[in-house]
Amino acid sequence: MSKADELRELMRTEGAAIAQNTQGFNDGRYDSVADLEDYEDLKSQARAIKEDAIADLPELLDQLTETVEANGGTVYIADDAADANDYIRNVVADRDADRVVKSKSMTSEEIEVNDALEADGVDVVETDLGEWVLQVADEAPSHIVAPAIHKSRESIAELFNERFDPEEPLETAEELTHFAREKLGEQIIDAQVGITGANFVTADTGTMALVTSEGNARKTVAATDTHVAVAGVEKIIPTVEDLHPFVELIGRSGTGQDITSYVSLLTPPVDTPVVDFTDDETPLSEFDNDREFHLVLIDNGRLDMREDDDLRETLYCIRCSACSNSCANFQSVGGHAFGGETYSGGIATGWEAGIEGLDTAAEFNDLCTGCTRCVNACPVGIDIPWINTVVRDRINRDKDTPGDWLVDGLTPDQEDGGAPLQKRFFGNFETIAKLGSATAPVSNWLADTSVSRQAMERVLGIDPRRDLPTFERETLVEWFETRESQVEDPDRRAVLYPDLYTNHVQVDRGKAAVKVLEALGVDVVVPPTASSGRAPLSQGMVATATDHAERVVDALAPHIDDGRDVVVVEPSDHAMFTREYERLLNDRAFTDLAENSYEVFEYVYGLLDNGADVGALSTVEGGEIAYHSHCQQRTLGLEAHTVAVLEDCGYDVTTSDVECCGMAGSFGYKSDYYELSMDVGDRLRTQLREDGVEERPVVASGTSCLEQIDALLERQPRHPIELLAE
Amino acid sequence: MESKRASFEGALKALGVTVTATTESELEAAVTEAITEPAVGVALDDSVGSEAVSLAETPVTVDPTPVELREATTGVTSAQLGVGDYGSLVLTMTEQASELVSLFVERHVAILHEADIQPDMDTAIAELDERFNETGESAILATGPSATADMGALVKGAHGPKDVHVILVEEAE
Ligand code: SF4
Repeated sequence: MSKADELRELMRTEGAAIAQNTQGFNDGRYDSVADLEDYEDLKSQARAIKEDAIADLPELLDQLTETVEANGGTVYIADDAADANDYIRNVVADRDADRVVKSKSMTSEEIEVNDALEADGVDVVETDLGEWVLQVADEAPSHIVAPAIHKSRESIAELFNERFDPEEPLETAEELTHFAREKLGEQIIDAQVGITGANFVTADTGTMALVTSEGNARKTVAATDTHVAVAGVEKIIPTVEDLHPFVELIGRSGTGQDITSYVSLLTPPVDTPVVDFTDDETPLSEFDNDREFHLVLIDNGRLDMREDDDLRETLYCIRCSACSNSCANFQSVGGHAFGGETYSGGIATGWEAGIEGLDTAAEFNDLCTGCTRCVNACPVGIDIPWINTVVRDRINRDKDTPGDWLVDGLTPDQEDGGAPLQKRFFGNFETIAKLGSATAPVSNWLADTSVSRQAMERVLGIDPRRDLPTFERETLVEWFETRESQVEDPDRRAVLYPDLYTNHVQVDRGKAAVKVLEALGVDVVVPPTASSGRAPLSQGMVATATDHAERVVDALAPHIDDGRDVVVVEPSDHAMFTREYERLLNDRAFTDLAENSYEVFEYVYGLLDNGADVGALSTVEGGEIAYHSHCQQRTLGLEAHTVAVLEDCGYDVTTSDVECCGMAGSFGYKSDYYELSMDVGDRLRTQLREDGVEERPVVASGTSCLEQIDALLERQPRHPIELLAE
Repeated sequence: MESKRASFEGALKALGVTVTATTESELEAAVTEAITEPAVGVALDDSVGSEAVSLAETPVTVDPTPVELREATTGVTSAQLGVGDYGSLVLTMTEQASELVSLFVERHVAILHEADIQPDMDTAIAELDERFNETGESAILATGPSATADMGALVKGAHGPKDVHVILVEEAE
């Protein structure tokens, strides 16, 4: 099946349940963290604890081993899945167990311990209700926290009624839950060995934290006499006290619950007596509590990830699922598309690349559009899009370079010659835009013919349903060259950054920005510069992006030294300057640019705040408007500035709150992803069509958002700066 | 500032956990009131800390057999701490099988001394940090009833109790 077919099929069969559940979790997260006074502080504590713990991992491993052994348990450090499974099979065989009950654990999914035990004739029962549904249905999890998120109540009812043939057909969620509880309850008290994961393990006391809401982990431990806990080595933190920020953050980040019903803090072997549940004579306290405990810590690539400067952060992950739930693409297709052999969602690329290898990661890595909505959601501050970019780069380089590319002239750099043609096309959009403007309107006409659309689809995978950008013959820079400064005695001086789109395609918004700045007393220049490198970066072409970054700095640094501020119209380019460039440039070059760069409305807001007269702009009275901010702009906390300025200018502003428009630059152009892009866009369309919004003109800050909204609605959107310059 | 107790009770209410307040001398009556029979329980002496307190005058079967446990509707145990801002109960895992009694039942009645309410999660975990380091014990932070949304809607009472009731033992005047 082609990628597009596969995604379409998943959207059709699983999309509705996934969208409903992930969006519910995501909304819950916003509500729940809003109630937390010291949210940012807790996040930085959590981050710091994980950073230190991973740095000190070898020492913590030794300490933990000593502690657990002193408590009477055993620690086994397994190199890989096979090693871990051999050990667990031996424990189960020594105990002579015919049934093992399991409490949901990603790490045991990773090693596929069920298969290993079942091959020995052991009955393995998943006790988490969602996981059990999947076991009965013989399906793979589609979400790291809620594994059966893709299944509707109706489909579970159908499954149970068919499989178990109950006297009365099951129907409601309550009936299904109680049926499962009964069935599993019987099996749990009959089992000899309990396998759990561990969310955290503390080196000081050997205490493991298990976060669940059902109580199945508690039962799994209490009802069996042999407990095997399986966890990645990265789960160790120094002390019990260090659990604090995680206890406050994990449930909120994932499902939006302030705290999950049970956080078990077990220092095994636990004191609870091991009872025979059929005994009706012996009081509970008279049973002894002979218990065995095995902690199996799995490396499986993690210690190498620890040495890898780009993948290391993955080990900070606490598997909360916030990155999945906040991801617009995940909300549409879920973990069966957006995931590998074990892990799914935003951070899955990092996990799968480290644990399974690049091939597995490659299967879904392109579903990350780099919108950064997960960045603020992650409780340990992992730069997930960066990990995805680096892995994409490695995947590109891993591929053999076919001999002669059709459009090799499009890749001036040799370094990224490894990227597939489509990626090089989008990654080198600067060259295309230059060519496009130079030859407009012929280029526009040519691009629009059915022959070239077919060629573009065949060779580059560009979807023919997508309108192509129309290049302007006169670029913004060329327009500006023939112009005199309009400001005599300027209050400030700025350089307006002519990003690729503003310079070649949306030249009007560039002219409007110049007019607005000048009206507010700013002396403006628009010099020729390189494009920001956003395009190659999004294709995983890191070396090319770095080259762009350096050229941008070369062009802008003299202006900054000269006392000019840098004003950026395109939010994704502003995000490059203030976020991604930190990875591409040396410290000084990054800081100089980042500290002097402003998104255009952030800048206007600052000018007005410092006494500039709003009366110099085009104002209205109570003009109703709908505003869609840009993903990266929202991540940087810059949506509010646009809203405030528009309100200052007399607008009544309604904002969208969907995570993303779905376009994210080149993503929505690709045939593989066109339909997914439109499915995500549909959520934005719905908001823009709601009562009270339907009649409002739409403005949007991002180029790709504008293109997407243009495709979604009858109403033609504009950049908000154009309103101010009318 | 809201008192620890008020914030604790507020949080419990939001979780759907009911609360009654009583004194040591009235505790047995409060327990009798709170349970649905058949009820089983754990002896309170070591946890509540006073000889005067027992469940002898209640219909609760203290230290039941496993079969009695499975047939019981209510389980009565004490709680070690309460966490003010979350409404969590810190349950211990004793040789008396308090873990089984609080978990394998439909209704859990937890007895908590008012003095054992901690203001917030930070303080509660610091307290546990100390205890765990001294005694190597275990605990459950239980917040509200057991629940799941795996079957398409939120249902209380997944594997554990679907109902939790807290009896708050007030300080003697
Ligand atoms: S990367 Fe961050 S947000 Fe994603 S699961 Fe891990 S901890 Fe949660």
